[in-house]
Amino acid sequence: MPIDWIMGLAGGLVIGTAAALYLLVNGRIMGASGIVGGLVDGSGHSSGGERLAFLAGLIGVPGLIALIFGAPETHITGNLAVLVAAGLLVGIGTRIANGCTSGHGVCGISRLSLRGIVATVFYIGAGGLTVVLFKHILGVI
Amino acid sequence: MRGLFAFLAGGLFGTGLLISGMVDTAKVQGWLDVFGDWDPTLAFVMGGAILPMAIAWRLTSQRRPALGGTFPAKPDPRLGNNLVVGSVLFGMGWGLAGLCPGPALASVAFNGIAGLVFLLSMLAGMWAAPPLRARLDAATGTV
Repeated sequence: MPIDWIMGLAGGLVIGTAAALYLLVNGRIMGASGIVGGLVDGSGHSSGGERLAFLAGLIGVPGLIALIFGAPETHITGNLAVLVAAGLLVGIGTRIANGCTSGHGVCGISRLSLRGIVATVFYIGAGGLTVVLFKHILGVI
Repeated sequence: MRGLFAFLAGGLFGTGLLISGMVDTAKVQGWLDVFGDWDPTLAFVMGGAILPMAIAWRLTSQRRPALGGTFPAKPDPRLGNNLVVGSVLFGMGWGLAGLCPGPALASVAFNGIAGLVFLLSMLAGMWAAPPLRARLDAATGTV
């Protein structure tokens, strides 16, 4: 089995453990778009401290690890138009759908939520078609 | 206490994203690129993450969260057009840049200007979403 798959599985187990901790201890769903989105649109201000603490860990701990062990390869595009369009689509889409890969994907599928499964099918399908169109047909990304 | 455990959960989430390679846009776009050089890593990450979480959901029955309150109720099972429309828009952005909200946050400390541009655009989209969602609900209702 390629090392990337093993690292993927190991990292996945850590992600799932984080989600389990947030659910069993804080009683919350670990959905990145919901946690940050609730701060942005004001709908989650009553639990603002908890959300900010979560984000501090999510941004700060990988930042610290990168500082100590060196930053990992990320291959992020330098095309500003693509970055802005993609960011807007991800922000609007996840808030309209009420979840992203962590909320609908990890937390939803694991409780066999039909909404989580349907959302995951649609965002993977749309993502796949987008890569085909913009990479293989248009050659933009 | 809530803040401490929220910080720990966020830190673990970020560490897992780093270990799994999901902060690398090439791995995510590789998963979506079924007609190119397909990279199945994301499926291993998802599988690995769903396993502990499935156990956690089982542990929630007849119990309360350790720090009080109640567990989130099962959401309304109706799917709704917003779920489909929103997920399609999200998937398009995800495919374009290879970033979803978790990895975008986890990698912003070392992704330079590009990472910051994506994150700020995402936050702007999240700020703009509620009125769009209300319109969509009013126009189409639920399926």
